[in-house]
Amino acid sequence: MATVLERVTKVVVDRLGVDESEVKLEASFRDDLGADSLDVVELVMEFEEEFDMQIDDEDAEKIATVGDAVSFIESKIG
Amino acid sequence: MANLSNKVAVVTGASRGIGRAIALHLAELGAKVVVNYSGNQAKAQEVVSEIEANGGAAIAVQANVADPDDVAKLMKQAIETYGSLDILVNNAGITRDNLLMRMKEEDWDAVMNINLKGVFLCTKAVARQMMKQRAGRIINIASIVGVAGNAGQANYVAAKAGVIGLTKTAAKELAARNIYVNAVAPGFIDTEMTEELPEEIKAQMLSQIPLAKLGKPEDVAKVVAFLASDDASYMTGQTLHVDGGMVM
Repeated sequence: MATVLERVTKVVVDRLGVDESEVKLEASFRDDLGADSLDVVELVMEFEEEFDMQIDDEDAEKIATVGDAVSFIESKIG
Repeated sequence: MANLSNKVAVVTGASRGIGRAIALHLAELGAKVVVNYSGNQAKAQEVVSEIEANGGAAIAVQANVADPDDVAKLMKQAIETYGSLDILVNNAGITRDNLLMRMKEEDWDAVMNINLKGVFLCTKAVARQMMKQRAGRIINIASIVGVAGNAGQANYVAAKAGVIGLTKTAAKELAARNIYVNAVAPGFIDTEMTEELPEEIKAQMLSQIPLAKLGKPEDVAKVVAFLASDDASYMTGQTLHVDGGMVM
């Protein structure tokens, strides 16, 4: 079973077309991975599908880095 | 004529008037149509029956466009029934006319909720699906009075002007995902809504129309179909006036 980080990484690589090695916990979607604001909205939508969960707009706004996404998702499914 | 085969369209407020004409015309061009209505199930069912009688596909779905839960259900049902959602026509609208000095706050709110907030809620609800599809057409039915103003309709005019601004913003935000957002601003169209206008207002409006006649709901429907089709492949954020030349 893939870890949350591995699954998040796959979504990010597929969506943003970045190299897997760039997807570090501290990497910011917008500043480091070249996402625009709409990409971030789409990433959140894809996380919702990948992990079968609802991410409220308020929570989504706080997700800026790969680590933010991983810890939020872990807190929900943990 | 535009070909909309295999496209799925949601038309809000489609049980009568301009919405009905849009639903019928999109179906005629091959689209599967979700006929949204708020209160008049019998009328909505008539539209569905007429589409089916002409060999098209349609379902009627009740939803109040000002209610986010209703809107979510409407779009979900469209996608579950037909598998995609390609065209949204935000048409549902009401009037609560009165002079500014006599307008009640509740009449202001009611019109804002249906005519403006409803467009926001429906657009937000379909944007997700259309972003995934990397394609979509959103057509908002504004009004020429939203451009020119109209005595006795402060609430309606403000809402329709808001729709035009919302159209431009949504067009800018969603363009990167191949979602086109345009508006149609009908002028004086012969429907139940305009029948209710006082005679002197009607006479005055008619005198300002260069083509010197009322529009028909079908006149609006044809422009909506154009915007929903590939014929309008390089247009977004625009408001097309369908008003016999009333406002230029």
